[in-house]
Amino acid sequence: MFRISPEHIDPAALARELRDPAAGACATFEGWVRNRNDGRAVSTLEYETHAALAEKEGGRILEEARAKFSILKAVCAHRSGALAIGDLAVWVGVAAEHRDTAFEACRYIIDQTKLRVPIWKREHYADGTVDWVNPAERKAR
Amino acid sequence: MSKRVRVQYFALLREQRGLAQESLVTEAATAGDLYEELRARHGFTLPSEQLRAAVNDEFAPWTAPLSEGDVLVFLPPVAGG
Repeated sequence: MFRISPEHIDPAALARELRDPAAGACATFEGWVRNRNDGRAVSTLEYETHAALAEKEGGRILEEARAKFSILKAVCAHRSGALAIGDLAVWVGVAAEHRDTAFEACRYIIDQTKLRVPIWKREHYADGTVDWVNPAERKAR
Repeated sequence: MSKRVRVQYFALLREQRGLAQESLVTEAATAGDLYEELRARHGFTLPSEQLRAAVNDEFAPWTAPLSEGDVLVFLPPVAGG
């Protein structure tokens, strides 16, 4: 299940969804809000999403991970709304029989989420400016 | 043939348009044509190469034909995670 969460993410609750007697491995990833981006000091940020499209595309990514890596379960939750430095922005968890596929699927899910899911980030900088993060511009630099 | 469609804006596009959504009548035949029409009218800075289109809550190619009552979203470059 891929969820957009307007409230704080609860990692323990999400990890419980991964429990499976056949699982020998559980790999998780946490994305935290950093205090710097592209050389600028960040004070806070906001995530905006198209929730319906995000949950659909996120759901597809989890399905792909299940098929590609033969894992047992996968869960992802991504915040929307205002976050502070250090807050948990995204949580990915995978349960699999063995650790190889658990690690690979976890990596795949976060990488694809960053690439494809309709979520936008607006950063507030220490110098008072505010900007929408545009990965297309960042790559060109 | 003119059609009435609804357009929803997010992130930078919403700021540049000044609205979250609008209902409009267009002669545009495809999602891409509609974006170019709106871009010219409102001066959007993002080129279509950096965007994705969605029609009725599904991603769609720029060549997707428009129908009466469609809901269009033009998605700026995503930055989640």
